[in-house]
Amino acid sequence: MKAVARPRNSPQSETLLLAKQDFQAFLDQLWQGGYRVVGPTIAQQAIVYDEIRRVEDLPRGWTDEQSGGQYRLTRRDDEAWFGFVVGPHSPKRYFFPPQVAVTQADRTSNGWQFSEVPDQEPPYALLGVRACELAAIAVQDRTFINEQYVDPIYRRRRERALIVAVNCTQAASTCFCTSMNTGPRCTQGFDLALTELPDSFTVEVGSERGADVLSSLPVTRAAPGSLLAAEAARQQAVDQITKGLDTKDIRDLLLSNLEHPRWDEVATRCLSCTNCTMVCPTCFCSSVKEVSDLTGDHVQREREWDTCFNWDFSYMNGGIVRNQIRSRYRQWLTHKLASWIDQFGVSGCVGCGRCITWCPVAIDLTEEVAAIRENPA
Amino acid sequence: MSHKPRLAVFKFASCDGCQLSLVALEDELLALAERIDVAYFLEASSRVEPGPYDVALVEGSITTPEDAQRIRQIRRDSRFLVTIGACATAGGIQALRNWADSAEFLRAVYASPEYIHSLATSTPISSHVPVDFELRGCPINKQQLLEVLVSLLGGRRPRTPVHSVCLQCKRRGTVCVTVAQGIPCLGPVTHDGCGAICPSYNRGCYGCYGPCEQPNLESLSDQCQVIGVSRETLVRSLRNSFNGYAPEFRAESDRLAGEEQ
Repeated sequence: MKAVARPRNSPQSETLLLAKQDFQAFLDQLWQGGYRVVGPTIAQQAIVYDEIRRVEDLPRGWTDEQSGGQYRLTRRDDEAWFGFVVGPHSPKRYFFPPQVAVTQADRTSNGWQFSEVPDQEPPYALLGVRACELAAIAVQDRTFINEQYVDPIYRRRRERALIVAVNCTQAASTCFCTSMNTGPRCTQGFDLALTELPDSFTVEVGSERGADVLSSLPVTRAAPGSLLAAEAARQQAVDQITKGLDTKDIRDLLLSNLEHPRWDEVATRCLSCTNCTMVCPTCFCSSVKEVSDLTGDHVQREREWDTCFNWDFSYMNGGIVRNQIRSRYRQWLTHKLASWIDQFGVSGCVGCGRCITWCPVAIDLTEEVAAIRENPA
Repeated sequence: MSHKPRLAVFKFASCDGCQLSLVALEDELLALAERIDVAYFLEASSRVEPGPYDVALVEGSITTPEDAQRIRQIRRDSRFLVTIGACATAGGIQALRNWADSAEFLRAVYASPEYIHSLATSTPISSHVPVDFELRGCPINKQQLLEVLVSLLGGRRPRTPVHSVCLQCKRRGTVCVTVAQGIPCLGPVTHDGCGAICPSYNRGCYGCYGPCEQPNLESLSDQCQVIGVSRETLVRSLRNSFNGYAPEFRAESDRLAGEEQ
């Protein structure tokens, strides 16, 4: 069928059905369309994002069990293709790469000649993006492309990407998207959004680009029975969420408790190892260094992920500003949940729970906020 | 610098692996030799020129009375003194003797221990003379060594990050072996520089670059015990890290061993 063109991010009302037996054709269509398809696959005992060429690359029949400081890959009772939650990777690493050259210069007889470092990455098709990740992309858009200063690397990759979202049909003990109003239902920011059923996917079309991908595939209109089954599957995720974060007046709560004793307590546990910020899908800090070759005739400016948990991240003329773990943890939490709102108009937290799972000492930001709320200054 | 800077490489108690990193810079060696005069490097050349030197790379720890004197002369002869590797920076694996009776070791190993004149301890170079820069690792990373040399030639501070190994694991996309597999790992308290190699092969970091800046060792010890690592294993892991005598690792292994000094 030929889909009707719609403006991007304005979902088409009609939900379609794509049979699992046609999913390989869908992947082939994406690759043939010039996309590099990136989606969930198993590596190092976890479900990570990497290239997906065949349906066999997907973690079919596997799931994840997550809690504070612990992630375990386990077999499912069924062969679900997307029967897990979110892993250590997120779409962040594709739009905001961990290490990238931003410019270069060569010394010539006419002085220094600056040139661009071309970004060779083909457009991405991100497959399996969850609602909290869609929300995280929207948060990073505010940082990198919606304000006065635009990051050209992010913009190029973001604008060319196709996003195939997948609705969660289960939740981990670390998930709290319902508290942050970011999920588990995918409502915007996708080109296509799938909900998995035993033999097929329901497909919501969010953009003309998404509709174009489907145009040569044997999709049908989803029957009412499929729509009801998809709704029931999505409801399972909602029902399984147990964690919550009370966000009422959270900005004022945190900013009026900067000397709360809880910061000292959490600092005894926090390793300042940077893991929470690295797995966070919205953390956007980086540092830039100039790298020269031996002759000094070629210089490259390189950007890499950095974090407020690094001891020398706050180095300024005269010394280190945040010279204790206490002040670094406080900086991160108050920025993420409070001053982010002043800066960007939204919370920096999307409730994905990665910082809880991937903290080696199981620090849970929802517990830290609750402790301050319970006994504020 | 108007003249070619003069480089010297000195060895103390060590395995030679770190100075070999200089020779292992195969692709850059000729370009380096054009810019640097290698005046003293016994591992690579029998040509020996007297000091003074612009840059001295010092490998190894101080374990004999003669070495304790020799490092003083090297310091006097050298404008920049850079220690390379865990032995020179933290005392090395041979610093295990610092927790033992070295005389007993001598009796056990040598048929005629009376010929051996070594100190009871293995100590880092900085315990004996002021050090201008310490390059970590067992062995050092040759790219970091190149960065040190290039920065000294360029008159700037070397860029060798002081953060944890975790940050580099995450940049690489390596999955945390502790969280996903329950494997104990010293990465959260260990100085990066290796590029986070071990976790990418599904094994824990064993701390060969020594402590990162402001490591929280007590918290990591607590968590390791939660996942089933004994205190004895933790003590051994910290002391066998090649950096066991680095102040932060030493303090924690002593605390765990109940030997607060």
